[in-house]
Amino acid sequence: MRENPKLRVTLLTGRTIEQGVGKERGKASKEYMESVSVCYIDPEDLKKLGIKEKTNVLVSTDYGSVVVKAIKSLRGPHPEVVFIPYGPWANVVVDPETHSVGMPSLKGIPAEIEPAPDKPILSLEELLEEQFEKR
Amino acid sequence: MGYVKRKMTIVKAVTCPVCGSLCDDIELTIENGRIVKVKNGCAMCESKFLSHNSEHRVLKPLIRKNGKLVEVSLEEAVKRAAEILAEANYPILYGWSSTSCEATRVGLELAEEVGGVIDNTAVVCHGPSILSIQDIGISSCTLGQIRHRADLVVYWGSNPWSAHPRHIERYTAFSEGRFQRSAWKGYLTKIKASIAKKKIESALRRVFFRRKPSVPPQPRMELPPAMFKEGRKLIVIDVRKTKSAEIADYFMQVEPNKDYELLQAFRALIRDQEIDVDEVAGVPVGYLEEVADLMIRCGFGILFFGVGLTMSKGKLRNIDAALSLVRDLNMRTKFVIMPMRGHFNVAGANTVFTWQTGYPYAVDFSLGYPRYNPGETSVTDVLLRGESEASLIVASDPVANFPRKAAEHLVKNPLIVIDPHMSVTAQMADVVIPSAFVGIEASGTAYRMDHVPLPLKKVVDPPKGVLPDEEILRRILSEVRKLKRKMLVEAA
Ligand code: SF4
Repeated sequence: MRENPKLRVTLLTGRTIEQGVGKERGKASKEYMESVSVCYIDPEDLKKLGIKEKTNVLVSTDYGSVVVKAIKSLRGPHPEVVFIPYGPWANVVVDPETHSVGMPSLKGIPAEIEPAPDKPILSLEELLEEQFEKR
Repeated sequence: MGYVKRKMTIVKAVTCPVCGSLCDDIELTIENGRIVKVKNGCAMCESKFLSHNSEHRVLKPLIRKNGKLVEVSLEEAVKRAAEILAEANYPILYGWSSTSCEATRVGLELAEEVGGVIDNTAVVCHGPSILSIQDIGISSCTLGQIRHRADLVVYWGSNPWSAHPRHIERYTAFSEGRFQRSAWKGYLTKIKASIAKKKIESALRRVFFRRKPSVPPQPRMELPPAMFKEGRKLIVIDVRKTKSAEIADYFMQVEPNKDYELLQAFRALIRDQEIDVDEVAGVPVGYLEEVADLMIRCGFGILFFGVGLTMSKGKLRNIDAALSLVRDLNMRTKFVIMPMRGHFNVAGANTVFTWQTGYPYAVDFSLGYPRYNPGETSVTDVLLRGESEASLIVASDPVANFPRKAAEHLVKNPLIVIDPHMSVTAQMADVVIPSAFVGIEASGTAYRMDHVPLPLKKVVDPPKGVLPDEEILRRILSEVRKLKRKMLVEAA
């Protein structure tokens, strides 16, 4: 197997309409999970990574790493800027630094992205189990 | 109110309890105590009204026993919640932006009683805006004024099309104001033209069997002709091309984390200063000059800013610059500014916090009187420092929204959740008390993003045995008071 290409990117998190609709339907719903365990990537970057849309990718930052599904970003071009909707998956990789004002840094985080076609996207339950130990 | 059991009824002028736009023109059709049709609402609104009694609802109070959440009576859950809060030295009471002002008022009483830190979701959305407004001041107005008068609408770091879907249609560019026409028709023409263009392009491609050459986008040095049209203009400034950016007359793409530079460049231009670089934050200065010109020449401008400014590098300093920009603009024309508040009652939570304690969020009662020092008394920081001993979460989902490190401390300690849904946080909780949906199954008051209070209606009954947040909090409060009295007697 050839070495996985890695790509340095800037990670943004935010709201999408799908996430908004999914969250009203219920956080345990399939819609919610599918709406937030994704990463919008520029078509050019997908090419650089050598993958097609809907392949799993591993997004890593200084704070953690998480597997999400790559989705082609339709509103480009924005090379090397990727977007994950707010949610438990994004939380794994965002910057908790509040710079003394209470506000974590949820946008513009340096990140690295690589194809991970063999790694599964964790379900919400698995993710919670992996991230937090409940006594 | 028009709710009659076992009959079809239509309830008009319902306020939508989803986002800070708080649209109050929703029409609901109710059949046999169920909402069957939603008129006028956006997708998020429909989703909430139609799935309020979905399978993801919690209907019975739950307590964690031997690692599993098991059903218990409401009395038992309330008692357990009260014990946790009364025993903790430094509990957190967090949430409040998706419930009524009335519930928040009881929450503040409870926070004072248990000597905890009470905070609302502003801390992770517009907290920096509040800090900055306290420093600089804000020239603002109501959304009604904007609808009727604004001829230049700017959204900065905000994607209303996704986060506040009806904001543009009801309050800004696409609304039919008394003195300003809707720009909707122009938008339709533009869309049609672009679809036609795409069709022609794909036809050509098919003829020549060639893929469209991918030309890197060259910044054009003049603004699109739409910017010189009569009437309302819509500008979107953001780090990525969002749906809102697509419908705008003009979209300016700023490099991530460079909003501050761009804002300050605008300030310089508006004060007629020269900028001797070619581009700022990835935008050619020629562009900036044209947009600055538009801002000065408008009759009534509005700058809406979203969490794109508060969450990226600079945080409150970005807001300082935005507020100052609008202040500067008022030397030349009329300009106002407003934060795009997310949850439907986050403005109400700030308001109630302020009138009860003097401070809008991050209020610490541990010394017996309210203290406010965001960065220290903000829930995120308390959690990141690992100081809290227990938490009560009302109508919010911090495990789904906080950075992992903060959420980690939250779930490590006793956790009480009051929520209509089995939220991510509820799944990790020790006590879960189901509540009625405010604005659907319980009435109350909420504040729109422009601080106009609106009534929330009760249109259907909550499931049997499920109470509104306000009532649940009252019961916990009275239980806490009983416990405290007992502790005092025992200590004596
Ligand atoms: S824009 Fe917001 S308040 Fe209006 S209907 Fe949609 S979700 Fe509800």
